Amino acid sequence: MKTKVSFTLIIIFALLVLTAAPFAGMIKVPLSVLKNIDLATTEAQVFYQIRLPRVFTAFLAGAALACCGVALQAMFRNPLATPFTLGISSGAAFGAAICVIFAAYLPIPYGNIWFSFAGALAAVLLVYGLTKIKKGFSADTMLLAGIAVNFFFSSLILFLQYISDFTQSFRIIHWLMGSIDVTGYRTPVTMLIFTVIGIAVIVIQRLNLNLMSISDEIAIARGVDVKNARKIIFFATSIMVAAVVAYCGPIGFVGLMAPHICRLLVGPDHKILTPASIIFGGAFLTLCDTIARTLIAPAEMPVGVITALLGGPFFVWLLLKDSGKSIP
Amino acid sequence: MNDQKAIEIAELSFAISGKQILERICFAVFAGQRLFIVGPNGAGKTTLLRCVSRIITNYQGSIKVKDRNLRTYSQKSLAKILTYVPQSLGADIPFTVRQFVLMSRYPHLSPFSVISPEDEKIACDAMEMTQTVCFADRVMATLSGGERQQVSIAAALAQQAEIFLLDEPATYLDYKHQRDIHNLLAKINKTYGTTIVCVTHDLNSAVLSAEAIIAIKEGKIFFEGVPEKIMNEEILEEIYSKKFCFAEHPLTGQKIVVPDVIE
Repeated sequence: MKTKVSFTLIIIFALLVLTAAPFAGMIKVPLSVLKNIDLATTEAQVFYQIRLPRVFTAFLAGAALACCGVALQAMFRNPLATPFTLGISSGAAFGAAICVIFAAYLPIPYGNIWFSFAGALAAVLLVYGLTKIKKGFSADTMLLAGIAVNFFFSSLILFLQYISDFTQSFRIIHWLMGSIDVTGYRTPVTMLIFTVIGIAVIVIQRLNLNLMSISDEIAIARGVDVKNARKIIFFATSIMVAAVVAYCGPIGFVGLMAPHICRLLVGPDHKILTPASIIFGGAFLTLCDTIARTLIAPAEMPVGVITALLGGPFFVWLLLKDSGKSIP
Repeated sequence: MNDQKAIEIAELSFAISGKQILERICFAVFAGQRLFIVGPNGAGKTTLLRCVSRIITNYQGSIKVKDRNLRTYSQKSLAKILTYVPQSLGADIPFTVRQFVLMSRYPHLSPFSVISPEDEKIACDAMEMTQTVCFADRVMATLSGGERQQVSIAAALAQQAEIFLLDEPATYLDYKHQRDIHNLLAKINKTYGTTIVCVTHDLNSAVLSAEAIIAIKEGKIFFEGVPEKIMNEEILEEIYSKKFCFAEHPLTGQKIVVPDVIE
């Protein structure tokens, strides 16, 4: 009962954010833009060409990151597992940075996504390999492996910046902060395709996530092909992180906060937790982005700054909260 | 009990980083049989169960479940026939007992179907039989070890598998819970004809409830036969490298081992 009420509240929260966000900002947009879509007016231009695509992009990015967080936390049985803490984001960022520099020589459609994807996959396999050597996914091992992978890819990105020219370097830095900077619908539509694929795959795995969050033995006893499920989850999270990072940069902490807040609200069952986190994550990042572009208007902050400001303390709270009980 | 073989193991060997854990194990379990596996620590008992439940897959030799090679089953189709009850569930499972038992219905669901009232009924019956209904809505993490083990068996029951593989289900439990678990297994065996393969350290409970016993030492089968036969001074001394004292059970007259005197 409580679960249903909480889930409804999450949906209401998301709807409120999504309707309010496109109207927030420096330029006042009257409600009449909804009735007559006349792109000749500045207001309609702002509303349809700048704000709506931006809201869509933010929602998709947040939803994808939250979905990755839910899946990784269940699979690694670790409350701190997210694309950001495991270094998947920096792997993807490295891939995308390569693409920024060598884009001229690489005439591949959606090159940035494919490069991000390769980077993300490399990071995920590296972390998984490192934890497997030490046997078991203890919180410390996983975080250390994540930090190591993060450092590794961060230094590779620094190296790329060093060899790149000034404009490229500036682009990389701006984008590394994590910002949602889009006009038009090309970006949101591309992201939509990749995000929908990733989310669909994870949602189909929801029952397996429940079992894997208990133990591999139980999952196997209940008929989960664990090795196969892991591969599928690695693939799905990598493709989602790649799509987000390629366009918005490595935005941190959404994948950490959304699943935890939702777990408090709707409980641990992934049948509900997964959709709840996806919706909440999307709405949450949209809200953060709206704050980022209105707080110091006419200037804008990268949304990554806001999420990190909220996420840092949240991360510490999680660490302290879990230090009481041991994580097997 | 009939002559149909539930599990047939031939020449099963398993080594990990050069160490031979199991060596050319051969035995069969008949459908509906209660088989107990005993042996010293590190003999390979748990590894054996883990091979049959396919947690370990890189073994050598052949394992057949219901006359079909284990490797040809999909994990899901295997879960409808055979289930594994680990020694202990994690202590921090955030699900309620009911949620956990319902998860045993997953092998019977497709990725798009939902838990049906029939599934709920099966889970309820399983909790009824294992006397776990009274704490069905408690979170698993708040249960005692004994209660958790009962839930573990309730879950295996809700899975409706014909074969249960249990790894020391009663170890670490107090006397009452030990008795409850062994009675429960016997009851399940009688009611549904479930094949029970149970690893244990407790020779007495093995002798009192098994139809057949296998003893493993250093990865090899050392003894195979009816329970009365294993209660033999030389055989047990050979298996456990220590002397045993015996007594007669006052109610059944069966030969049992008694605890050692502490010097």
